[in-house]
Amino acid sequence: MADTSTVTLKEDPSIFRIISGNKGLMTGLVILAVLTLIALIGPIFTESPTSINPMVRIKPPSADMWFGTDPLGRDLFARAIWGGRISLSVGVAVAIVAVGFGLLLGLLAGYIRVLDAIIMRVMDGLMAIPGILLAIALISLTGASLFTVIVAITIPEIPRVVRLVRSVVLTVREEAYVEAAIAAGTKLPGIMIRHILPNTIAPLIVQATYVCASAMLTESILGFLGAGIPPEIPSWGNIMSEGRTYFQLCPWIIFFPGVALGVTVMSVNIVGDGLRDTLDPRIAKKM
Amino acid sequence: MFYVIKRILATIPVMVVVALFVFCIIRLGPGDPASVIAGDYATAEDIQEIRIKLGLADPIPVQMGKWFVQLASGDLGKSYHSNMQVTKLISQRLEPTLLLAVTTILLTVFVAIPLGTLAAYKAGSWVDKFVMIFSVAGFSIPVFVLGYILVYIFAMELRWLPVQGYRSPFDDGFLLFLKHITMPAVTLSVIYIALISRMTRASVVEVLNEDYVRTARAKGQSEFKILLRHALPNAAVPIVTVLGISIALMIGGVVVTESVYNIPGLGRLVLDAVLSRDYGVIQGLILFFSFIYIFINLLIDLSYTLIDPRIRY
Repeated sequence: MADTSTVTLKEDPSIFRIISGNKGLMTGLVILAVLTLIALIGPIFTESPTSINPMVRIKPPSADMWFGTDPLGRDLFARAIWGGRISLSVGVAVAIVAVGFGLLLGLLAGYIRVLDAIIMRVMDGLMAIPGILLAIALISLTGASLFTVIVAITIPEIPRVVRLVRSVVLTVREEAYVEAAIAAGTKLPGIMIRHILPNTIAPLIVQATYVCASAMLTESILGFLGAGIPPEIPSWGNIMSEGRTYFQLCPWIIFFPGVALGVTVMSVNIVGDGLRDTLDPRIAKKM
Repeated sequence: MFYVIKRILATIPVMVVVALFVFCIIRLGPGDPASVIAGDYATAEDIQEIRIKLGLADPIPVQMGKWFVQLASGDLGKSYHSNMQVTKLISQRLEPTLLLAVTTILLTVFVAIPLGTLAAYKAGSWVDKFVMIFSVAGFSIPVFVLGYILVYIFAMELRWLPVQGYRSPFDDGFLLFLKHITMPAVTLSVIYIALISRMTRASVVEVLNEDYVRTARAKGQSEFKILLRHALPNAAVPIVTVLGISIALMIGGVVVTESVYNIPGLGRLVLDAVLSRDYGVIQGLILFFSFIYIFINLLIDLSYTLIDPRIRY
């Protein structure tokens, strides 16, 4: 009895076992979980990030005001926490949308020859345009809002996902079990959903974490350049943008959101690397 | 030779797609450039007048035809505000950006490749672990945050380097140029050092397991020469690929770095155009950078035969 149970464990290890087996992944997930929790419930305990208090302008970090205040007397700790909520949401939203569209286009390109040429040429062109430039142009044309920023960050991220999905599809479609399914009379949608799609999931999860990390960085850069989420919604990017003018006077306005963003992006990247190593040991060996 | 011609021709459809894409986002997007230029108090007639002046009143296919004819002759269009040629604006701002990019690439190559090779040679050692941690951290820190941290330490606290600005090596002397370019170049290069040292490590680790490295060791070749003569040249293709892609992708970082250090280059031109909503300049710049990207990718592909004689087309 004991023997068989070990065998089943090896063949089908539980998700928890896979995760706890990888130290980096575990660390990344714990940091990320803590940060997410802070972003989710933190705003309940902090005061409004937009309440102005001229009595406490430009105060350095203290026991009372952990992250100090800005030139309008707004509490930067509250702003950083509310901003974290926005930045994380942008990262997750972009990852989901980019992966969704990328998956759809990649499946079509990989499986339908006629569409392949068209979709891939468009993706090549899209990839040639610098992502940040494209995002800035899209936002300045449509006007900045949370929605347009998410769309503008998502579009340049799509081609990489499409390429990834397409390459998986091109390999998998030659597999014997796909040929068998075709021979058995399975229709195209059936083959896609039952046989092709499951193979794309592992690389897509890994790619999604990288997209999420890159989207948070892009959001901060757009915010910093003044072309991102409008200032009435605090995000790490636009908080730092406001800190630019006063950098010599109060550098903490940039430092705290900057460090928070750095730690968040790093934990997402570590989770991505960890997932890549556990989900696809072939690539892991190479890196 | 046939391959070279084929590869050069293959860039044309990509350029056409880029041009079409840029055309579409400017003309068919929800925003109307003419009404933005006219301002909030413009009447409908004012807007229509601007539209006619900019050629935005023509039917879309006519506009598209004009656009392609114009691009084919190397004309990137005009600024909507100052009416200057975008190519002229670019040439005015090219020097700082080009020098920043070159300094960054040199710094990256001279730091990342030895670092990555060392990490691969001493796989599992503290050097290796340092490179791994550095590369994860380098990917994660936003360029401008790093920039401000450097400014705080080296300009505001230690006062070793100027806070910001740019000096031309041709007009102000090389030393002054170097003082001003050091921090921006370090800021911009960190992410590429992270990327390329990691790539170098991965690539060299693989090569070090090859038979010819063992043979070289067996005949008593020094370890340094093994790395330099046997490992690196064989590991070069992926390294050069990533290096080329990094150069092509540098523009995003350049915009931010130039903005942190107040350098009057192409990045600032982009930002100024966006803030003043000068769509003529924006579309010209997007095209310019996309064509550079396509051109660099072409060069990378063509360089493979030079780097690795085993590759023949």
